[in-house]
Amino acid sequence: MTEPLLDVRDLRVEYKALRGSVRAVNDVSFQIMPGEVYGLAGESGCGKSTIALSILRVLNPPAVITGGQVLFKGRDVLDMNDDQLEQFRWSEVAMVFQSAMNSLNPVMRIGDQIADAIQAHERVSDKDAEERSVELLKVVGIDPNRRRAYPHELSGGMRQRAVIAIALSLNPPMLIMDEPTTALDVVVQQEIMMQLRELKEQFGFSVLFITHDLSLLVEFSDRIGIMYAGDIVEEAPSSQLFDDPQHPYTWGLMHSFPLVHGPRMALTGIPGSPPDLLSPPPGCRFAPRCSLVMPQCSTSRPLLTPTGNRRNVACYLHEQGRPVTISPLMESRGTVTV
Amino acid sequence: MTEQSHAADPPILEVRDLQKFFPVGTMFARRNLRALHHVSFTLRRGKVLALVGESGSGKSTAARCVARLIEPSAGQILFKGKDMLAEERRGASLQYRGDVQMIFQDPFGSLNPVKSIAHHLARPLRIHKKSSGTKETAERVDQLLESVGLAPARQFSDKYPYELSGGQRQRVSFARALAVEPEVVLADEPISMLDVSIRMGILNLMERLKDEHGIAYLYITHDLASARYFADETIVMYAGQIVEGAASEELIQHPAHPYTQRLLDAVPDPKAEHGFKQGAGGWQPPILVDPPPGCPFADRCPHAMPVCREIMPGRTTLNAVHWVRCHLHGSGESSPGLSEPNLPLSA
Repeated sequence: MTEPLLDVRDLRVEYKALRGSVRAVNDVSFQIMPGEVYGLAGESGCGKSTIALSILRVLNPPAVITGGQVLFKGRDVLDMNDDQLEQFRWSEVAMVFQSAMNSLNPVMRIGDQIADAIQAHERVSDKDAEERSVELLKVVGIDPNRRRAYPHELSGGMRQRAVIAIALSLNPPMLIMDEPTTALDVVVQQEIMMQLRELKEQFGFSVLFITHDLSLLVEFSDRIGIMYAGDIVEEAPSSQLFDDPQHPYTWGLMHSFPLVHGPRMALTGIPGSPPDLLSPPPGCRFAPRCSLVMPQCSTSRPLLTPTGNRRNVACYLHEQGRPVTISPLMESRGTVTV
Repeated sequence: MTEQSHAADPPILEVRDLQKFFPVGTMFARRNLRALHHVSFTLRRGKVLALVGESGSGKSTAARCVARLIEPSAGQILFKGKDMLAEERRGASLQYRGDVQMIFQDPFGSLNPVKSIAHHLARPLRIHKKSSGTKETAERVDQLLESVGLAPARQFSDKYPYELSGGQRQRVSFARALAVEPEVVLADEPISMLDVSIRMGILNLMERLKDEHGIAYLYITHDLASARYFADETIVMYAGQIVEGAASEELIQHPAHPYTQRLLDAVPDPKAEHGFKQGAGGWQPPILVDPPPGCPFADRCPHAMPVCREIMPGRTTLNAVHWVRCHLHGSGESSPGLSEPNLPLSA
């Protein structure tokens, strides 16, 4: 078996607040293989963006990484000094943020911004850097003549493409994309995602893809981790997740959003709201909202356990290697139906 | 169904041939951006009409014109049969502003960060004279908070917007709209900034308020799926024109306009085989400034014919609950300037 490109082990991130510390990422472990698209989904505040920022080590206080390892190609990112980090960021892992307008410099032409990223890391002449920026713009589907345009002269979709061009400028083996198309229209979103897929085939990079749009995630990712309140509660190949969710939270998520495809299905939503992480519930953090809760759920925390078929789930309903189909159980509980 | 079956259910608000131009360019090269072009639709008591389209298609401009936050360039807004643009030439009256309320997309930007939640609800009550005296107002504020699911009200009324989650803030927006007992609510992307698991709660709230108060909704969204679940009828807007309208489920099952088909095709499908469907590339925005004649979608349409670049077709009725403006289905019965309000739905 090949070595994982990124191996996050027991990562723990805390936000130090006056009233105590909030554990936003609670001993999370996952791996990303070379060329793989790993999707991370969950509600706002569940810690998915915090994970992305800790991999690049760009978290600012009050957020502090208090434990674990982030192994990239076997080297621990958390042990790197500033010089090593500078080398690591962008040339090994680049990031695409949600808001393209905020990640581009409004007073700099987009061609120059791409060239700037290249020259910050490599000794390249202005002319060569410009040539490479022209190439990159072609790669992401922007007319190279637009390289003299300022960000405000581009549409939202074009800006996001420019940001992707900057991320690809050093040909990194891994991209982190944090809600890259959330601000865009469905049609533009589809185009950008298709283009990303082609680029991935061409350059062979891995992607850590973060979004709360599960339909998009299931279509684009190879494997998906579902996060809830700082924990990964379920991990599965994306083809299996929708049809056979094993964690009650995943099931709830899958039944919270309407679909346009297929027959109308009943929507149930998830009762309650995410816990206050200053005083999280003991045991399983989802227990207070779970309709299949058992006595042991509120006393001890279930760990991510393999259930076969490359799947992992953190839930006491399943025993190791012996998954239970939860859909009939959930449906019989008759939660709020629309 | 026929018009007669609606005799007992007259439209509350009818928009006819609404047009809006924004002047652009410099003083000597004045040009017009055509944001709305002959837009017509009807809102009925206790019914939801969804207005779907991409960013920049004019959905929000339409809502703002109806709320009279901006003045339309031409057309009619009939509220209970009276043309408000003719009756209230110099801006909407307090009465109209109370009857037609708007909910905005961003629950962070639409509440005042330095005022308490109670203030947000007491102010419209006072301005619209819906309550008198401090005690009555406070009671009404509590009632409103509880009616949108923020209970116990005492816990919320003294809080500030930053202390609430996005979903709770959006509930406050609804409570504020309800304070003035509106008949029409224009909801402009009310759930698009909320978390997936919170969205259903807000849609359920909207549904309940609709049933309890008989509110007529204009539900503006770019999300066809939520329109399918929430709206009785859906109309699709492209480049300031309404190109198709149908009962919501009918529209999803049998989209007739190539643009609607493209929109539906672009929605990710988690149950599909892994991988994206192949869509047409080179998505360019339509020309809105001094637009050419013909159908605005012609440049992107896979079925474009020469006639499409010359004439914008009128409405062609496909069946009792479905009409479309596309030459593929006929040139339409009426010219765009004389279009009917949207087709009545079977009960």
